[in-house]
Parts: sequence; C-alpha cells; structure tokens
Amino acid sequence: MARYDRAITVFSPDGHLFQVEYALEAVRKGNAAVGVRGTDTIVLAVEKKSTPKLQDSRSVRKIVNLDDHIALACAGLKADARVLINRARIECQSHKLTIEDPVTVEYITRYIAGLQQKYTQSGGVRPFGLSTLIIGFDPHTGVPSLYQTDPSGTFSAWKANATGRNSNSIREFLEKNYKETSGHETVKLAIRALLEVVESGGKNIEVAVMTKEHGLRQLEEAEIDDVVADIEAEKAAAEAAKKAPSTKET
Amino acid sequence: MESVFGLVGKDFAIVAADTSAVHSILVHKTNEDKIMILDSHKLMGASGETGDRAQFTEYIQKNVALYQFRNGIPLTTAAAANFTRGELATALRKNPYMVNIILAGYDKETGPSLYYIDYIASLHKLDKAAFGYGSYFALSMMDRHYRRDMTVEEAIELVDKCILEIRSRLVIAPPNFVIKIVDKDGAREYAWRESIKDAPVAAA
Repeated sequence: MARYDRAITVFSPDGHLFQVEYALEAVRKGNAAVGVRGTDTIVLAVEKKSTPKLQDSRSVRKIVNLDDHIALACAGLKADARVLINRARIECQSHKLTIEDPVTVEYITRYIAGLQQKYTQSGGVRPFGLSTLIIGFDPHTGVPSLYQTDPSGTFSAWKANATGRNSNSIREFLEKNYKETSGHETVKLAIRALLEVVESGGKNIEVAVMTKEHGLRQLEEAEIDDVVADIEAEKAAAEAAKKAPSTKET
Repeated sequence: MESVFGLVGKDFAIVAADTSAVHSILVHKTNEDKIMILDSHKLMGASGETGDRAQFTEYIQKNVALYQFRNGIPLTTAAAANFTRGELATALRKNPYMVNIILAGYDKETGPSLYYIDYIASLHKLDKAAFGYGSYFALSMMDRHYRRDMTVEEAIELVDKCILEIRSRLVIAPPNFVIKIVDKDGAREYAWRESIKDAPVAAA
C-alpha cells in the first residue's frame, strides 16, 4: 500500500500533499462561518452546534478577539484553534512591544498563514485542521478588511466569504446578494447568508459585530432572534409578492 | 531629583510624578510622563533608570493585555502587582531592572488599592507610598495630613502640598509634575503642575 499519506506531509507522486487535503476535509466538515465586510462594520457569524442541556453555552466561543481591533472566527478542529489563537494573541502584543504600533489585519493574517504553512513543511507535525476568517480595521487608516486563511497556509482578502460546512452554497448566496452595506444591513446580510445552511434561531448561531469605535461586540441571543425574525418576515413578504401576480394571471 | 508618589482616597487612588528626564547634571526635558496607564483601571508610576522604566512598564502592560485576551477578564490590581513583583524577582537574579513602581488600580469588588513595588522585588499594599528623593518630603507630608476617607479635592490638595514641599525643600527640585487618578470610571490624567514650560523652538 502507498505510505505517503501515513507519515508527515510529503508529496504523493502526482503532486498532492495528502495531509493538507485531509486537513481541508476537516474544515469542510467543521461548522460554517461567514464574514461580511461593510463600510463601517464588519460581521462574523458562525454556526453553533446545539449545546447539551447541562453545558454552559458560554464556555464554547467560536469568535474571538486577537487584539482590540482584530477578531477571528474559524471552521475546523476547535482544539487546534486554541493553539493558533494563543500564538496570534502573543504576536499581537509582541508586535506592539517592539514596533509600538498595533498589528494591521494583513500582518496578523500573514503571520497566522505563515504558521499554518510551517506545519505543512516541518517534521513530526501535522497541519492545523483550520480555516480562519480574520476581520479588523486598519489601526492607521481605519479601512475595514476581511481575510481568510486555510490549512495549506494560503491567505486572501475578501468583501464577503464563508468557510466550513456547505461554504460553497453560502458563497454562492453572497455572490448573488452582496451589496456594499453598512451598520445593521451588514449584520442582516451575514445572518441571511448563514441561514442558507443553518436552522433558524439565535440558539444555532453566534454573531459578532466589529465597529471602528467600539471594537468587537458579541450579539445576545435575543438580538439575533430579532434579526432572524426580521429576515423571515421579509422572506415571507417576498414569497407572497411572488405569488400574488401569478394568481392574477390564472 | 525623582519624585513618584501616590495615595488611596475614599473611592479612588492618585499617583503623581515629576516629569524631568535627567542625565547627570543635565535636564533633557521637563515633560516626560512617568505614569503609564496600564489598562482601563490601572496606573503604573515608575521611577528609576529611564530605559529600564520604559522597557519594563511596557512589558508588563503587554502581558496584562495578553492575559485579558486569553481569559476574557482583566487581571485584578492585586494580581497585576504580584505578577509585576514576580517579573522583577526573576530579573533580579539575572539582569535587574532598575525600576521602582507605584501601582494603583480600581476593582469592582475591592475598590481602590495601591501597591509599592521596588527594584529588589518587595511588594507592599499601602495607603500611601513614595519613591525617589522627593519621597522624604512627600511621605512626611502624607503622614501628617493623610486620611483614609479623603475626597478627590482633599487628596489633590495634599498632593499639591507635597509638590510644594518638594519644590521648596529639595536641592535640585523637579519643576513639573503630572497627576493621574483612577476610580470606578477608569484611569486618566487629572492635571499637570508646571512651573516652567519647555522653551519653544524658534522658527528657522
């Protein structure tokens, strides 16, 4: 039997790195995560597995702060995420200590992607089973940005993107419906995108909103429920509007 | 000569420090801020070697921030004081930092508090504390006039008394001082006491 995929990350004869592809598979099986960049707000929304009755739901957080002006959401192995997040947080402070300025979104993305790449080319380690969405405002110019990284260590900038379970259908939705939005509209677009693949209700999603002035804020379950109800009402209205003219014709 | 001192009032703590950057007999500037706002509710007044002071207080500040991001809650003032002491104790046995620190903070549970930490890593929780040559005058003044239940106005009056005494009794008294305060609303600058301004640079 072929053994390339058993050891550490080495090339297979046809040029694949199986371990990295398996890691990507772990991401595809992970919870869905959506990021939408607005003009004055950036929104991260992730799918939440329903918590058992006796579990404290606050103990599982999938959207976290790296610094005051930077947040991260990820899809994939939660345990790996903790390691990556810790390293990124240390880098944020270390950067501030040596350079005086806070990190830019691009810098910390590059750092995380670099770390992920290292774990595809070093001995005795396996890649991170993680794809991350990183949002933040540039500390100098105030420009909002959204980046994505994946287990291979590539990173890219987006207006809106999704990763994890059914990310393709979310991305398709975003491609169809993306508009340059701001404030509450951005929040709505992100939640609407996530609702494409997630059962509705604040219990099943976690949303965090970042603004330049107030940093990251996790939305309360009730707030999410309100937005979801809003979206559903809009959907129902659109549906009714679609049906109405057709009944006239017949 | 350096003067850093602080005191705890009714529901606040105050730290004051001179603002002279001195080397040998030369004064380089008189607007050097020696009190760092460590996080939203902590003040760190530091005296000692200029480089060590900047290096060490920033290092502590970044680690306190890192703790907050990792754990989702900030360090208490007591915890930050003990952490600072620990770092000084570790450094003491390798390459010591020449810094003396007055750490003041406000916590929801315990209210205002003030800690005295010196370069040989001793830590004391005090109501009033002072470092530097100014301490001889500031401590005497505070011993005479300090009360635990002082209002902000009374405390500032006492701080001004200390500054006046330092200015009138210390051989090489620093001209300018900065006063910062921390209470339930956070840590912030309160006032400057300036007797000279840095000479404006003449236009070329």
